[in-house]
Amino acid sequence: MASIGNIIEFNNITLSFPGVKALDNVNLSVREGEIHILLGENGAGKSTLVKTLCGVHSPSSGDMVFAGKPYSPQNPLAAINQGIRVVYQEFNLLPYLSIAENIFFERLPKKGVLVDFNRLYKDAAVILKKVGLENLSPKTAVENLGVAQMQLIEIAKALSGESRILILDEPTATLMPDEIENLFGLLRKLKADGVTIIYISHRLNEIFQIGDRVTVLRNGCLVGTHEASELDIPSIVKMMVGRSMDSEYPFDESVIPSDTLLDVKNLVFKGSPYPKSFQLRKGEILGVAGLVGSGRTETMRALFGADPKESGEIFLKGKQLIIKSPKDAVENGLCLLTEDRKTQGLILDMSCLVNTTITDLEKVSRKGFLNRSQEEEITEKYIDEMNIKTPGLNQATLNLSGGNQQKILISKWLYRDSDVFIFDEPTRGIDVGAKYEIYLLLWKLAAMGRGIIMVSSDLPELMGVCHRILVFSDGKITGEVNRDQFDPETILNLSYKEYLNE
Amino acid sequence: MNNNNTVKEIDSNSGMNHSARMRSLLNIFLKEVGIGIVLIVLVIAFSLGAPRFFTLINVGNIFTQISINTVIAVGMTFVILLGGIDLSVGSVLALCSIVAGKILINPSLPFGLAILLAVLLSVGCGMIIGFLNGIICETWKIHSFIVTLGMLNIARGMALQISHSKTIFNFPKVFNQIGTTTYLGVFPAIFIIAMMLVILGSVILRKTVFGRMIFAIGNNEESVRLSGHNVKFYKIMAYTICGGAVGIATIMYMMRMSIASPILGVGFELNAIAAVVIGGTSMSGGKGSLVGTFLGASIMGVLNNGLLLIGMGDFARQIITGVIIILAVVLDTYRTKFSAALNS
Repeated sequence: MASIGNIIEFNNITLSFPGVKALDNVNLSVREGEIHILLGENGAGKSTLVKTLCGVHSPSSGDMVFAGKPYSPQNPLAAINQGIRVVYQEFNLLPYLSIAENIFFERLPKKGVLVDFNRLYKDAAVILKKVGLENLSPKTAVENLGVAQMQLIEIAKALSGESRILILDEPTATLMPDEIENLFGLLRKLKADGVTIIYISHRLNEIFQIGDRVTVLRNGCLVGTHEASELDIPSIVKMMVGRSMDSEYPFDESVIPSDTLLDVKNLVFKGSPYPKSFQLRKGEILGVAGLVGSGRTETMRALFGADPKESGEIFLKGKQLIIKSPKDAVENGLCLLTEDRKTQGLILDMSCLVNTTITDLEKVSRKGFLNRSQEEEITEKYIDEMNIKTPGLNQATLNLSGGNQQKILISKWLYRDSDVFIFDEPTRGIDVGAKYEIYLLLWKLAAMGRGIIMVSSDLPELMGVCHRILVFSDGKITGEVNRDQFDPETILNLSYKEYLNE
Repeated sequence: MNNNNTVKEIDSNSGMNHSARMRSLLNIFLKEVGIGIVLIVLVIAFSLGAPRFFTLINVGNIFTQISINTVIAVGMTFVILLGGIDLSVGSVLALCSIVAGKILINPSLPFGLAILLAVLLSVGCGMIIGFLNGIICETWKIHSFIVTLGMLNIARGMALQISHSKTIFNFPKVFNQIGTTTYLGVFPAIFIIAMMLVILGSVILRKTVFGRMIFAIGNNEESVRLSGHNVKFYKIMAYTICGGAVGIATIMYMMRMSIASPILGVGFELNAIAAVVIGGTSMSGGKGSLVGTFLGASIMGVLNNGLLLIGMGDFARQIITGVIIILAVVLDTYRTKFSAALNS
């Protein structure tokens, strides 16, 4: 089966998580010694594919061939032993230990029972030279290094053993232009040494600088693999968005946004110096597009008071709001469905009932005493209305499926009844049917005159459901597109705008 | 196609309802009764081993012995349910006793007023220190282990300072009479107070908004905060309640022992924590009950008393008590696993 020149082949790889197919029958081969770029929107399956390769996930079906032999790593160590190394976006370094100790942490050279420091430093110096850090002492503690240097240390760590495939997950996300150039130089050198590099990036212009071939994933499916020289940015964007958008998304022409409901002026918060302003009208569904890390979620959290603001004004129905905590926000008629429903949304170990009424216990209590039957009635009503599948209202939300968990979260805010509903990735990781129900619900809220903000990484979804889309790029609002001008290329270009300039 | 689905759902639903009921029964059994069975086994074993164990007088003794720890452990349960801990309770008890003792022996005050003031000051003093514990933890986001460890020293030092390291006694007779009163020949007054506090605490935890918030915050603080609640307030209140419980325990102790001393309560925090943990409350918060805490305190009291009666020496008793604490928690991990398996 294995053709000559391919170091790794994925054959019909499918990987399902509860309620979602993360990879769907993916066939991909990577040639030995090439720089292969993986592209796709957030959630397209890039990371999942990489994690399958390095033994974090086992595919539900399909097989892999590595260097001509069947390959099925049971754990990350098995992959490392084969020479498959990953440098993740989040560094995995021990800040108080030296560079040398970090590089060789997994197998420190020993002299008897003691660490052979002489050899350790000598070996580390050799590897540091390989990654162009020969002017650093191997004894320096990692905490004293800059981000770019830490990244190179991560790569050095990956190269410390015999490394045949090096996987880089968005390595340039936090680097300065000259540091990026430096990194690319290193990657070209490694390539010349015969190391295969799989490179995940959001920055489309990088493809042409270092990529040999490009693979685009979408919704867990492989869209295609092409020579980088055959592609240009518009054609890549088309491949990334691609899918047709029609009846998948409900759009109610009869709901027309009216007066301004929410007016955010010059919002500035920590880590984001660019002032952000936008408005939301009654009955409007406002989409928020942008890459992960572009400031979408952070802006919504700051608006809601979940994270501190530095400056900016918020007006609701013309009245200025002082929001210093989520409590202020909720009491003034704002609500936020967080992106991460397990750690920030649900109280997992507690029942559907507790999770539903948590947003307003005053309504179901008298003089501080809870009225259990009233709580049951309300929870029952939402389970019914939202079509939530649960064995009972006392069931811990932990045991529900993703879609049903999300519905419980929505129920709790419906129960509170706010003026402004902010949904951060409300449909992530849930199945198509539940998604559709959530869209219908957004429309119901809009028809009632509420204002809805939907943050999503799924562009077709935003274009299908929203009146207007706000685009974030690298901490700035780079554009605002009305429904009659919706076009995937325009929006993607706006999302990448600030990154392309670098 | 659609019809098929509905039929299947109804089937699986009714099936679920039945087994769900069985499961929830088993869960309750495992949660509350499990620890109760340990207690019953111990009582039976000691009754067989020591003839004097199951007598009216001795049972009354045990009730007396567990009362103070029960009350402190009730307060401690609130804090541990939030994932915190209060190491200062023993020292705070000493400090409260000095404050209350000074008032009680004040000759210019009539008995009744002196007793009322002593109770109010003891509870007030405990609540203030609890409040401080809470506010320091929450303002600077310091783990309660450290803050209350500091407070343990501060309160002890203050008790020694205020009392000039002298013991206070000669309280009004009425005061000590309450402490030695026994109803129906077996229920000491202070035990009845302890029981009332267990019930009051249970009602607060199970039936009120405040109790709901304690469990919710203990499970997922961030979710609760993002649901629009002032999490800090509830956390500070829990420490304050714990301090207040210590204040009440102090008065009970003084009624019973007729002394106030700056060296009282050494190690009380450990007994209280042990009672809470044996009672099945999770150290990481969010799970537990005051009935469990009471049963935990009872197990500790029965062990102590029973081992003494069957002639076990001090040292051996300590060893066995230690073993039981660890065993209780080890068993609890199996219970958790078992009920998790039951529910999945």
